[in-house]
Amino acid sequence: MEIPESIKKRLTIPAEEHFFAGHTACQGCGASLGLRYVLKAYGRKTIFVIPACCSTIIAGAWPYNTLDANLFHTAFETTGAVISGIEAALKARGIKVKGEDGVMVVGWAGDGGTADIGLQALSGFLERGHDALYIMYDNEAYMNTGIQRSGSTPYGAWTTNTPGGKRHFLEKRHKKKVIDIVIAHEVPYAATASVAFPEDFIRKLKKARKIEGPSFIQLFAPCPTGWRSPTDKSIELARLAVQTAYFPLFEYENGKYRINMPSPKKEPKPIEEYLKLQGRFKYMTKEDVEILQQWVLHEWEKLKKLAEVFG
Amino acid sequence: MAEYKPIRKVVSGNYAAAYAVKHARVQVVAAYPITPQTSIIEKIAEFIANGEADIQYVPVESEHSAMAASIGASAAGARAFTATAAQGLALMHEMLHWASGARLPIVMVDVNRAMAPPWSVWDDQTDSLAQRDTGWMQFYAENNQEVYDGVLMAFKVAETVNVPIMVIESAFILSHTYDVVEMIPQELVDEFLPPRKPLYDLADFSQAISVGALATPDDYYEFRYKLAKAMEEAKKVIKDVGKEFGERFGRDYSDMIEKGYIDDADFVFMGMGSLMGTVKEAVDLLRKEGYKVGYAKVRWFRPFPKEELLEIAESVKGIAVLDRNFSFGQEGILFNEAKGSLYNSSARPVMKNYIVGLGGRDFTVQDVRAIAEDMKRVIESGLDREVEWYHLKR
Ligand SMILES: Cc1ncc(C[n+]2csc(CCOP(=O)(O)OP(=O)(O)O)c2C)c(N)n1
Ligand code: SF4
Repeated sequence: MEIPESIKKRLTIPAEEHFFAGHTACQGCGASLGLRYVLKAYGRKTIFVIPACCSTIIAGAWPYNTLDANLFHTAFETTGAVISGIEAALKARGIKVKGEDGVMVVGWAGDGGTADIGLQALSGFLERGHDALYIMYDNEAYMNTGIQRSGSTPYGAWTTNTPGGKRHFLEKRHKKKVIDIVIAHEVPYAATASVAFPEDFIRKLKKARKIEGPSFIQLFAPCPTGWRSPTDKSIELARLAVQTAYFPLFEYENGKYRINMPSPKKEPKPIEEYLKLQGRFKYMTKEDVEILQQWVLHEWEKLKKLAEVFG
Repeated sequence: MAEYKPIRKVVSGNYAAAYAVKHARVQVVAAYPITPQTSIIEKIAEFIANGEADIQYVPVESEHSAMAASIGASAAGARAFTATAAQGLALMHEMLHWASGARLPIVMVDVNRAMAPPWSVWDDQTDSLAQRDTGWMQFYAENNQEVYDGVLMAFKVAETVNVPIMVIESAFILSHTYDVVEMIPQELVDEFLPPRKPLYDLADFSQAISVGALATPDDYYEFRYKLAKAMEEAKKVIKDVGKEFGERFGRDYSDMIEKGYIDDADFVFMGMGSLMGTVKEAVDLLRKEGYKVGYAKVRWFRPFPKEELLEIAESVKGIAVLDRNFSFGQEGILFNEAKGSLYNSSARPVMKNYIVGLGGRDFTVQDVRAIAEDMKRVIESGLDREVEWYHLKR
């Protein structure tokens, strides 16, 4: 579709599309939006590496490719290693990476492929300092295999292997803080982002392009199918996750923390507002909600302190 | 073409591999240490440190990632190499399928080492043979010279048919034993092995490409068929490259099975890798003593040289298959393959399987002689048992 000049002028995100219609994501899928923004930010001179996850399917079955960029599909746990190898090959061949006109090598993996089975390869990639970007799109469970828990699944969430029942068997561990693990590698750049804040996401993507060395973005990407949420509520949910401080937006750059909330001074909204829109939290008791609320506030205070001291 | 004057160096099998990697102008090496492979990657690192080789070296955190990074590098157009052994190879298993399925001509040296438990760092072919069905070609080297030559030829073959190759040498017997190796001057290697022309290139953006996507039952089957066909076609490529190598450098590899004394032999010893050096030595001696024996050294296990085996089977009464490996619940793996290959042929030499030298146990000329005695008896009075665990402590 042709975008009228008047609208183009008001757009702060690139108008061109490199993500084709006809992809096979569910309605309201946060991951597919994320892919679209990455492509908008980087254009087609991008090499994507996608492991086993929902995005394998979203990108299309052979002979189709819904991404207008080069794409290598790989095994579940290998994203960090494969982007390392690609970057090494480009360097060996004297092909420019990153910068304004260089090739962007982007690993695009789910939370499972990042927080669990792929953590080792992610760590290796970060530690060795390759010039590539790893994006973990976080939908908080293994959606591709039918909604099982991952290390990134939050406390109290229903999944098919942490079901709610008579004995009240739900996820009892808090969300693994993958970004903290990443930062512990002393990477030059790591950030959280959300599909509800595309301008912020694209700004971070553009920054990652300029950074020398490895960068990491954890993108919050709602999944109506797995979260048992209405398909038209994905953006609202992603926004509430930020407003409740459940998923705060921040950047870590060369030892410095910066919170990028719309209004960081404001008190976070109560977590219930976020939980109540999703079927996956319906088994939580009052006490469960309180436990999660306390965790969220505790983590939020920690982050604020970090930004204060190392801002 | 410049005249070939070999450079003679006394090197271990592992260093022979490292020199071949340097001479092949490999662009990316991603590897993880494991005994007895370690000195291959150490030597390569040394070449890089001294500015003798222009290689991007990725010191990965596991063998699984070593293969994954090699896959990334190869998919992005580079000539990629890695090396491993035993547990490391087993950890790579999933990615071996990925490399062949994505049609990436990666070359890897596997130093044959026994699988644990119990821990063993010594020679045994079960690690590589357990990767039989991963879609990798397998070349078994008898000595350090064949390790060097094998790696150079492997790149040429792999890059012609776009299928990865494992060059296999035995733990310590080759990896750490020094021997004279004739190396080829760089300009001549360059003539033999030009830069790689990738089947596809992730760094080419003239049109968007997607590699390794989901294939429905409507397409998957054909992908597999194409890989099967490439392996079949590789037989001719292997022979041509082996012949070319012989013409250029004087060492002919045009046969996938190296044969000795076949024409008038009553029976032959068949096997792979360094143990065939012992067999060849023993056969020379046995011949002098009047035994009508020969040998058939299987160089390439994948693709399997069925046609060449058939020819041998037609001219001998018996085949003693020596396996430094075992497929539990069945028999030696080479024996199993060889027997299966001959099923539909009218040539039916008697075949007996000798399991030898597992986990690095010595296999000597005396052992070959004892097996020769046993084979003679088998040919005269019939097969008693198919599989014999030779030199088992009873
Ligand atoms: C070695 C291996 N184990 C298991 C699987 C099965 N598997 C495929 S995708 C997947 C879950 C992916 O979850 P995540 O990374 O969170 O991405 P999502 O599907 O949620 O987008 C699993 C378990 C696999 N492909 N490979
Ligand atoms: S299951 Fe969830 S993540 Fe997967 S395509 Fe559907 S909405 Fe997207």
